[in-house]
Amino acid sequence: MKKFLSSFIAIGILTVLLFASGAIYTVREDQQILLTQFGKPVGDPITEAGLHFKIPFIQKVNEMEKRVLSWDGNSSQMPTRDKLYIKVDTFARWEISKPLVYFQKLRDERTAQSRLDDVLGSETRNAVANNDLIEIIRTTKDRKPQQPEEIGEILGSTSALDPISKGRTVIEKAVFDAASGKLESYGIKLLDLRFKRVNYTSQDEPKMFLRMVSERRQIAERFRSEGAGEAARIVGDMEREVKTIESEAYQRVQSVLGKSDAEATRTYAEAYGGSPEQEEFYGFFKTLEAYDKILDENTTLILSTNSELFRLLNGKSSGE
Amino acid sequence: MATIDITPEKAGALIQKFKPKVGLLVPAFLILIGVFSSFYTVPADSEAVILRFGKYERTATSGLHFKMPFGLEQKFILPVKRQLKMEFGFSTQGSTNRYQSVPQEHADEQSMITGDKNAALVEWVVQYRINDPEKYLFRVRDPELTLRDASESVMREVVGDRTVDEVITIGRQSIEADASTKLEALIRLYGLGLQITSVELKNVNPPRLVQSSFNEVNQAQQERETMINEAKGQYNKAVPKTKGLADQQVSRAEGDAKQRVNEASGDAERFLALYQEYAKAPQITRQRLYLERMTEVLPRLKSKVIMDEKSTSPVPLLDLNNALKK
Repeated sequence: MKKFLSSFIAIGILTVLLFASGAIYTVREDQQILLTQFGKPVGDPITEAGLHFKIPFIQKVNEMEKRVLSWDGNSSQMPTRDKLYIKVDTFARWEISKPLVYFQKLRDERTAQSRLDDVLGSETRNAVANNDLIEIIRTTKDRKPQQPEEIGEILGSTSALDPISKGRTVIEKAVFDAASGKLESYGIKLLDLRFKRVNYTSQDEPKMFLRMVSERRQIAERFRSEGAGEAARIVGDMEREVKTIESEAYQRVQSVLGKSDAEATRTYAEAYGGSPEQEEFYGFFKTLEAYDKILDENTTLILSTNSELFRLLNGKSSGE
Repeated sequence: MATIDITPEKAGALIQKFKPKVGLLVPAFLILIGVFSSFYTVPADSEAVILRFGKYERTATSGLHFKMPFGLEQKFILPVKRQLKMEFGFSTQGSTNRYQSVPQEHADEQSMITGDKNAALVEWVVQYRINDPEKYLFRVRDPELTLRDASESVMREVVGDRTVDEVITIGRQSIEADASTKLEALIRLYGLGLQITSVELKNVNPPRLVQSSFNEVNQAQQERETMINEAKGQYNKAVPKTKGLADQQVSRAEGDAKQRVNEASGDAERFLALYQEYAKAPQITRQRLYLERMTEVLPRLKSKVIMDEKSTSPVPLLDLNNALKK
């Protein structure tokens, strides 16, 4: 028991000593190590995680990241080819591909970040200055916008997506290619570069807002005008309809009445004009009927003794 | 262990008793630490990645586990089954994930330029999960930051290909789908060890200064509908009524016509009937009719003048009125 305990302690002390002296060191999965001897790099970089040995006191462990690292560019203002000032915010991902070169030229990450700032910043500026704003905004060349039906109709081609020859991803690739070459000499491998944010500067923003407002006004006016036009059309329809209905009714009324007039006239003519005797009798009969209507109490009737009614007054007999 | 009733004397005695063995206290203490630092529990929604001397050794699922003590093995516990989310342009209260939102960046995150060179304010959420703990830990240094950057970049790429009207109204679903696909591809390219569950748009608005003019468009659309409805109302008020009135006129005319025809045939029948009898004795009937009518008519007249057929001036011969009055 005592023997075991003391050997355990011995191993423990030895391990601690080895670690403390620096003969043993560990490399984590996310690290890569460059050993230096009096500040001078020795051997290949160690990228394998686990336990490693070195000469204590003389060799020094320089830890470096093995993982992919970030670069987040500052948001900076720059002009596009079409003279618009925009705020551009880019980001990149990179890794230390040649630890030896990286260590010799940059030594630490802060220096690397500032070198990335220089290279990526200037390449971004170049790319932006050589392209119109729309090239930085849009990506897909032949995309047809699916506008809301009515608004699309009103805006027509003015609001369609402006044509592009390159597009965002192509420009990103151009910056990436230009910067990759330069960064390679620092032992840095650029993995990706992208525009994170692109926005109008406060100088150009009001102009864009004014344009948007005027575009919306135009749409609003169009809607109002459509409403008024459609309303007028409906009222016109109504008027036509009303007049058509009324005149058709008038036509039918007249035609119905005319037909009945004709029929009545024929009936009368047939009855009254059947023979000359009938005609004569009709004349006599209707005249008598007419007397009843024509003669009222205010009529003064001057009758001759020659008349049928009064000829007896003269002593004449009827039928003479 | 028995309870010890501690008095100064007894304590002194105890110290005396254990004094020879005090050299053993240090290794005993070390063993105790060793035991305690060698077991750990992994919660139900997590997995643990174990490194031995910094090298990836194994991944442990939920439950109680053992590892080598004294930092020989290190553990990283990751909530692999938990649905995580990131918010852009806004933040909900009480989040436990420190990468969920960046309040001071809201304004910058929201604002985007659309493909028709207009602007829009877009808020969105990315739902994700850690699906490869090893990659998540060792492939990229700041997986969450990378996801945030990638998400912003992708969303602007997608919005930049659309008009402001698409972004604000009908394009939402296609934006979500496109952004999700592109983000997924980018995440895989970076090897973040994350998996995108969904990209969801939240509030999408025109920039504040132009919002009123966007509202004006909506109002104008309403106005248009109102105007059309009012005109339709006018139409509906007038046309059916006119139709009814027209039908009424026609019906009335048809009635009139019927009446006229019927009356005519009535008159005709009456006349013919009368005539038939008249034809049998024309002379006497004629006289009778004449006299009857005269008898009927003449009394009604207040003044009647009867003139001799030989006199030429209208001098009254007989004032029948006065005669009747007497």
